[in-house]
Amino acid sequence: MKILLNGAHHELAPGATIVDLMSGLEIAGHRVAVEVNGRVVPASEHEAHRLDESDRVELISAIGGG
Amino acid sequence: MSVAEEHMRQELSDPLTIAGRDYASRLLVGTGKYRDLDQTRRAVDASGAEIVTVAIRRTNIGQDPGEPNLLEVLPPERYTILPNTAGCFTAEEALRTARLARELLGGAALVKLEVIGDRNTLYPDMIATLEAAEVLVREGFEVMAYVSDDPLMARRAEEAGCVAVMPLAAPIGSGLGIQNRYNVREIVDSVKVPVLVDAGVGTASDAAIAMELGCDGVLMNTAIAQARDPVLMAAAMRHAVVAGRAAWLAGRMPRKRYASASSPETDLISSS
Repeated sequence: MKILLNGAHHELAPGATIVDLMSGLEIAGHRVAVEVNGRVVPASEHEAHRLDESDRVELISAIGGG
Repeated sequence: MSVAEEHMRQELSDPLTIAGRDYASRLLVGTGKYRDLDQTRRAVDASGAEIVTVAIRRTNIGQDPGEPNLLEVLPPERYTILPNTAGCFTAEEALRTARLARELLGGAALVKLEVIGDRNTLYPDMIATLEAAEVLVREGFEVMAYVSDDPLMARRAEEAGCVAVMPLAAPIGSGLGIQNRYNVREIVDSVKVPVLVDAGVGTASDAAIAMELGCDGVLMNTAIAQARDPVLMAAAMRHAVVAGRAAWLAGRMPRKRYASASSPETDLISSS
């Protein structure tokens, strides 16, 4: 299935969870906030939260800034 | 007592209190525009800052997974991480960024709210800032608001429940110094929450002036990061903030129009 990941198309196995997505990107366990279709998904739900076709997913980090 | 110990003693006995927490350092620093994370870490360390700002952005998915990230270099266990809403031009964008930041930082409530109104000046859109502040305060955030240098707006931000107001002293990243000392002074007198100059500082004397005006702290990024030697400038800023605070507490001498000799004017050797 296709999702929109940080604004770009991304291919993902059907039924994949947020943790599956992050593992595939080799960022499992990293400090990343996740938003799906405009709503924050708490870290405690990443394991269980299954993504759907066309979901808009944002993975967010802290970077240098003032 | 060494100079460093003297600084430490003064900082400890005169804490900056924000949202009920005490900080020994009155210098807050940003983490943008550094050459690399190692320079960021060394400059932050030299600044003595305990509160450091970060930006919230999309994760760089293509990057080397082993590459260190900012929060490993500046661990939230050691520093109070102050996420900003920089780059947001609407209240809605700022709310979204603040909520993601809170999730990212394990529920930490502190946020630096900035809603920008103009791309050239990066002046805050105060109407949108106040709208966003009210919502964030209702949601339990501790809002440190980047505000214009209008004392009325600072008061409105305080009334909205912000835990600190942070007026600009000159445009963000301009390094023009404190261009509005009467406004800053008026804001200091207008609100009870801490007042921190945020934006405009260019060099150490600017930071000292902000503190001498009675500000509770100074937040800066570019003045350190874009100095020729950022780590040395970070140390200079630390000293300047401590010195400016001490001068404010000490109370400056009155200004006089005419000279007043410092040495006794009697018993001069040439007296006959």
